Amino acid sequence: MSLSNIFDLYQTMERDNTMLSFKGVVTSDLLTSVLQIMESKLDHVEKSPKTKKKVYNVLVECLQNLYHHNEEAGETKGLDFLFSKSALLMISKNTDHYEVKTGNYIAKEKSIQLKRKLDDINALNKEELRDLYKSILNDGEMSEKGTAGLGMIDIARKSGNKLEYDFLPVDNLYDFFCLNVKID
Amino acid sequence: MENLNLEGSAKTPSVHFDATNGTLELKGRSIPENSVEFYKPLNDWIDAYGASPKGTTTVDIKLEYFNTSSSKCILDLFKQLEGLNGKGTEVKVNWYFEEDDEDMEEAGEDYQAIINIPFKMIEVEEI
Repeated sequence: MSLSNIFDLYQTMERDNTMLSFKGVVTSDLLTSVLQIMESKLDHVEKSPKTKKKVYNVLVECLQNLYHHNEEAGETKGLDFLFSKSALLMISKNTDHYEVKTGNYIAKEKSIQLKRKLDDINALNKEELRDLYKSILNDGEMSEKGTAGLGMIDIARKSGNKLEYDFLPVDNLYDFFCLNVKID
Repeated sequence: MENLNLEGSAKTPSVHFDATNGTLELKGRSIPENSVEFYKPLNDWIDAYGASPKGTTTVDIKLEYFNTSSSKCILDLFKQLEGLNGKGTEVKVNWYFEEDDEDMEEAGEDYQAIINIPFKMIEVEEI
């Protein structure tokens, strides 16, 4: 990377109103630090306690998705170990909304399941999302990792917008999953 | 039996379970990556308490945030208390939420709809 790219990178981040950007392995400690940094940043820039809580909530779930993804990636073979565990997280504040963007590698068979789930979520309105959350909460089983299958539904509920996503093909085993969550 | 007191942390709520008074309080935030680990000792304590509970058991839930992993554990905790209700103790839940925090209010209402014990929704300025 040439030195002028540093300036380009800075300008891109400035233009996108980036509050925080991270690329790497999401560990438990990293997750805690990011949440602490973002909480104090939000205290400075956001007046509405309601919006602050929603953004924080979405962040918690997105980070925990990345964290559990990283645990899972440790068990998979194929891609280079660290390469597949690594993820991207970006938070930006625009004039009237926040955006939380995440990116991570995902095995193709998981992409199919996740895509179906996201499409189902995007087809529902506010009340239907609440009902779905309630029914999974009541009937669903908790996984060994302590995940309840509620994360994406919760993200959609807190965001108040449709979840924007894409799966970019990487090779014949993996896709790169891109998620953009807008919070009004 | 011994009371259960845990200090709150950046990711876990403070816990004050008092067997002498029959009061159980969870306060703060609950966002651990694996909430089962955190909630297991709470479930164990409630099991032991259920053997000789007070006539009234008051549960105060004062959470500012909780993650989806915790939401399942909180439901399990309520189900456990539902099982105790009427067996030597009357269980009541006070669900606190901050002004204008519709998400927390809705979460309380959803538990109320699932669990068959009296819920009181209490709006406060700050938790």
